[in-house]
Order: sequence, then structure tokens, then C-alpha cells
Amino acid sequence: MVETIQATRLHPLQSGRTGPAAVSVTLADNATRVSLRARPDAVAALSKALGLALPTKPKSTAVNGSRAALWLGPDEWLIIDDGESNLVADLAKAKVLHSAVDVSHRNVGIIVSGKGAEGVVNGGCPQDLSERAFPVGAASRTVLGKIEVVLWRTAENTFRVECWRSFSPYAFAFLQVSARDIWV
Amino acid sequence: MLLIKCPYCEDERPELEFRNAGEAHLVRANPIVDQSDDDFAAFLYFRQNPKGLQFERWRHIHGCGRFFNAVRDSVSDKFLTVYKAGEPKPNVEQLVTRGTTPAEAVVESPAPRTPRTKKAEA
Ligand SMILES: [Zn+2]
Repeated sequence: MVETIQATRLHPLQSGRTGPAAVSVTLADNATRVSLRARPDAVAALSKALGLALPTKPKSTAVNGSRAALWLGPDEWLIIDDGESNLVADLAKAKVLHSAVDVSHRNVGIIVSGKGAEGVVNGGCPQDLSERAFPVGAASRTVLGKIEVVLWRTAENTFRVECWRSFSPYAFAFLQVSARDIWV
Repeated sequence: MLLIKCPYCEDERPELEFRNAGEAHLVRANPIVDQSDDDFAAFLYFRQNPKGLQFERWRHIHGCGRFFNAVRDSVSDKFLTVYKAGEPKPNVEQLVTRGTTPAEAVVESPAPRTPRTKKAEA
């Protein structure tokens, strides 16, 4: 026998969990964020100033305490720090050529967490998010629906989605609807 | 959806992360003032648009942000290879004989660029 599930009609403006959804979509804490650009010869000095080894491998991250560096491109990183430390002041200590732009208020972080989180993000992100292709600690700039996001897998069932401030209502609503549709 | 390999990310990514940026290996004349108007028009406007294999620029715009080059079959959409910006053109005959392209793919030697407006005027 084929098992059938009766779909229920939902109001388009109805948000949040209505079914047995196991995935939560919540706002991340405020954080300091820096868009960092530098050539390879500056990586060592910048790593020292930041207190973590800037990742040089595609799709990778480095974490030290509340601070994380996400590889975005061969000369580009997104640094996120949701602790009390002064990220910009630390970077200013590095006397090598680099560009550090404070984008703390440009981005909004959304946490997608729970069993099936991968499927929720895949509801709008075309990347292969299996653990083989996108393991814990992987991060990448990519797309979610019709917007660009930075995606970071912080745990097996937890993703951090960083999007631009003006896109955040779209991203948040999108992920909530996607979470509503996931049955684990 | 096509999966396109980015030579900087060393990874196959969905085509939605990419943007095509036209024909590759166009070289700007130096000094450009010595170029005839026809040659400049050819450089600026006229593209090969071949049926078969073509050299293209692509940008991993929603990924690492980098421009790179690719050899793509405009009939089958199959990518034969990708390579970083600034690297020399790969040997296409070699790629084809390696059997990485469908049988219908045609290697067209690039025709000389001729401005088409002249024909219309004549
Ligand atoms: Zn890339």
C-alpha cells in the first residue's frame, strides 16, 4: 500500500511551524563582520593579527573562540565575530597591504537547525549539501532562491545563512516556508 | 541544471552561481590609436558565435567572484575544460581526441573577423 499524506491548505502569510517540522529557523546573535581582501603574501601577518589561520582552501573555514574566518574567494574572506573582541582594531595591527571593510550591519545571520536542516536550505540552494560535498566547517557564497547568501555549516544539522540586510525578510520567510515543508 | 567546474573553487557548482561573460581571448590592440576603425569595430563588437566549440569567459559571480575561461560546445552545452584567467588556450584537438566531447561536436577554426556593417553598406 502506498502511504498517502493529506495536504492541508495554509494561509500564505502564516509563518512558523504548523506541522511536525523538526527544523528551526531563528535569528543569529548580532556580530561584528569584516569583509577582508588580501593577496597571498599578507595572509600570514593577517592570520597572526586575527588569532586564527586564514583558510586558503576553497569552501573552508577556521574558527577560534567566537571568531571565524570563511574562505569566499582566492583573496577574500568573511570574518564573523559574535563575541566582545574588537575585530577591526585587531586587523589594524597588521601592517601589511589589505582591505578590511566593516560590514557588520550589512549582513543578517539566520540559523537553520535541526534534523533535516540540509533539506531546508536545499529548498532554495542548488549546491550539493550532502556531508560528502559540504561537510561540517564548509562555507561558501552561493544562492538561496533569488538572492545571494553566504552559507556555513557549523554542525551536522546546523547551517548559518548570512544574507544582506534588505534581503533578510525574504530569506527568513523563504527558510521558514521551506522548513514547514520538510518532513523528517 | 548544468554543473560547471570553477578552477578557483576546484569544485563543480550549479550554473545558477555563474554568469557568462562573452568570448574569451579578445586582445586589445596596443597602442589602440594605431588600429583602423574596422579593426576596432571588430574587436569591440563582432564575435565568432560558432556552432561547436568556443572559448568563453565565465564569472563565478555568486561564488568566489573570479573570472575564468572555459571551452564549451555551443550545441551540446558540454564543457570540455575550464582554466584560470591568464592561462593560455588549451589544445582543443587534444581535448577532443581524448573522447571528452560528443561525436557531433565540430571544431571550427576561427574565421577572420570581418565587420558586417560594411556588407550592409555596400
Ligand atoms: Zn569559484
